[in-house]
Amino acid sequence: MMHSPSAAASGLLSFVEDSGRLRARLQGRWVVANAEVLDRLLGAAPAPAGRELDIDFSAIEAIDTVGAWLVHRTAARWQQAGGQAVITGATGEHEVLLGQVAKADRPAPPAQKKLGRFAAMLDRLGRRTVYVWEDLLRLVSFLGETVTAMFRLAFLHPGRFRLTSTFAQAQAVGIDAMPIVGLISFLIGVVIAYQGVDQLAMFGAQIFVVNLVAVSVLRELGILLTAIVIAGRSGSSFTAQIGSMKLNEEVDAMRTLGLDPVEVLVVPRVVALMVMLPCLAFFADVMGLLGGMLMSWVTLGIPPDVFLNRLAAAVTWKTYFVGVVKAPFFAVTIAVVGCLEGLQVEGSSESVGRRTTQSVVKGIFLVIVLDAAFSIFFATIGI
Amino acid sequence: MAGDGQDQPIIRLRGIRNAFGPQVIHNNLDLDVRRGEIIALVGGSGTGKSVLLRTIVGLNRPAAGSIEVFGQDILHLPKLERRKVEQRWGILFQNGALFSSLTVAQNIQVPLKEHLGLKGPMLEEIAALKIALAGLPPEAGAKYPSELSGGMKKRAGLARALALDPEIVFLDEPTAGLDPIGAAAFDQLIADLRDTVGFTVFLVTHDLDTLATVCDRIAVLGEKRVMVVGTMNDMLEQTNPWIVEYFHGPRGRAALDAKARADARRPD
Repeated sequence: MMHSPSAAASGLLSFVEDSGRLRARLQGRWVVANAEVLDRLLGAAPAPAGRELDIDFSAIEAIDTVGAWLVHRTAARWQQAGGQAVITGATGEHEVLLGQVAKADRPAPPAQKKLGRFAAMLDRLGRRTVYVWEDLLRLVSFLGETVTAMFRLAFLHPGRFRLTSTFAQAQAVGIDAMPIVGLISFLIGVVIAYQGVDQLAMFGAQIFVVNLVAVSVLRELGILLTAIVIAGRSGSSFTAQIGSMKLNEEVDAMRTLGLDPVEVLVVPRVVALMVMLPCLAFFADVMGLLGGMLMSWVTLGIPPDVFLNRLAAAVTWKTYFVGVVKAPFFAVTIAVVGCLEGLQVEGSSESVGRRTTQSVVKGIFLVIVLDAAFSIFFATIGI
Repeated sequence: MAGDGQDQPIIRLRGIRNAFGPQVIHNNLDLDVRRGEIIALVGGSGTGKSVLLRTIVGLNRPAAGSIEVFGQDILHLPKLERRKVEQRWGILFQNGALFSSLTVAQNIQVPLKEHLGLKGPMLEEIAALKIALAGLPPEAGAKYPSELSGGMKKRAGLARALALDPEIVFLDEPTAGLDPIGAAAFDQLIADLRDTVGFTVFLVTHDLDTLATVCDRIAVLGEKRVMVVGTMNDMLEQTNPWIVEYFHGPRGRAALDAKARADARRPD
């Protein structure tokens, strides 16, 4: 790809001593492709020590801005060291080029002060801590803003509520998510039944697999898995949609037209998810139980009617409600995080990607934290 | 290089045909670009100015016709040869098209790293040089594209296009969205760089001031081909209604008057 230094050296630059003056004869192509070789050759030039240097352009074949820059830099270095550098044999074009790069010679901007490794670590830790705290405040304040907007729309200006948009969102986050949510829940039901039978067989209590599947799917897994899938699916799409609109200045345009982005963009998404997530959770529960039932039939020979009888004995409506009551809370969390991240997009398309990732990570994290809080709460009040 | 002589056109388009589905954009289009000139492509909306530019640089393959750049038929070059040709031109996209995850300096270093394998302090030095040549302040190098104004993005895009000291520079609407002072400065920058670095400039523009002040020749796109090519004075003598409207309209007049005044002020 590049010439070897020695081969290029003979073709590019030679030094001749001439009655106390040093003559540098430039030959060949002084272009960017040879930049590194040229830099090395010039760097290896004899030390200035107050002498005169003639830079001879007469044999040069081609020179571009980088070549001219290297010449300019070398001449400047000699002059700084108390020597003289004179350019000879340059054509008018060469002179113009040298003039142009001389104008481009200016002090580099002061470099950022570098911290030591430990200090840098502390610096990062501090920044992260402040960021996490600020992020939490932003989330809480945005939640407040959203809830206020929802009440405003519900009681003061019901006409401003965007029904069409809400239905479109409901279709996207609810109906369109059914295949994936259903499949995952079904498989989870299968897995729990299969693993449970193995363990319960040690006590000869295989029949209790029905209790195991019913309680775990209805109370916890149905809703939790649905929420996680939706955080990944819809939380990210909220961020990407709103983020792209933000980049395209659509959100700013809304503001100038007197539309509140929270009312127009956020509320329909939050409402849609609040309505659809409980429905999806119900669907997930049904599919999970179906998976458990199928597996019990296949591995244990428990026929569906026996399974359903057992199910009626094992769980009450309360078990189901304890699970599904969490859904609206998860929905608000996912939707609010997704929309807030979207509204925080700024600058470049890269920011959309970063915010989308953040939205999914935060959404899932908060859903799990909330779920744990619910568990503690239910245990305390004895449900 | 064979066929790369001074008198040969540096870009030579013959019989170019571009069509998207049933819609024909260009048909039997011919154009020659001379070495060292600044040539502007003008035309109404939808005449395919940007498509033609993209066709020359290989982002769009024409349905028919031949494209010779540096005397080489670039539509039929092997991949490796083509990459070599690509190193000899630089492109400024309309909004800069800077990589948003890289700083301005890193953007400029991309072609240097990719094509020349340069590394270390030399890279920094060349980036600083190009930033200065493009008329950006030294601090701009460490900034990300999202922190730059529209005019600065264009300059940064130009700095990246100039990274490899190309022989041809393609500019897509270089002054669109700039204020008149910024646009005039950008025009001057392109003219200065052409005079010093000696490249050929192929630009798509609607800016009549650019056409009047820095362009050597103007190519008018219309009726699916290049209708006329010539200097500003040639354009003024045309009788095609669209061309008359374009150059003799109030804006065209104003641009020409401004140029005449500027020429009169100049001592030579």
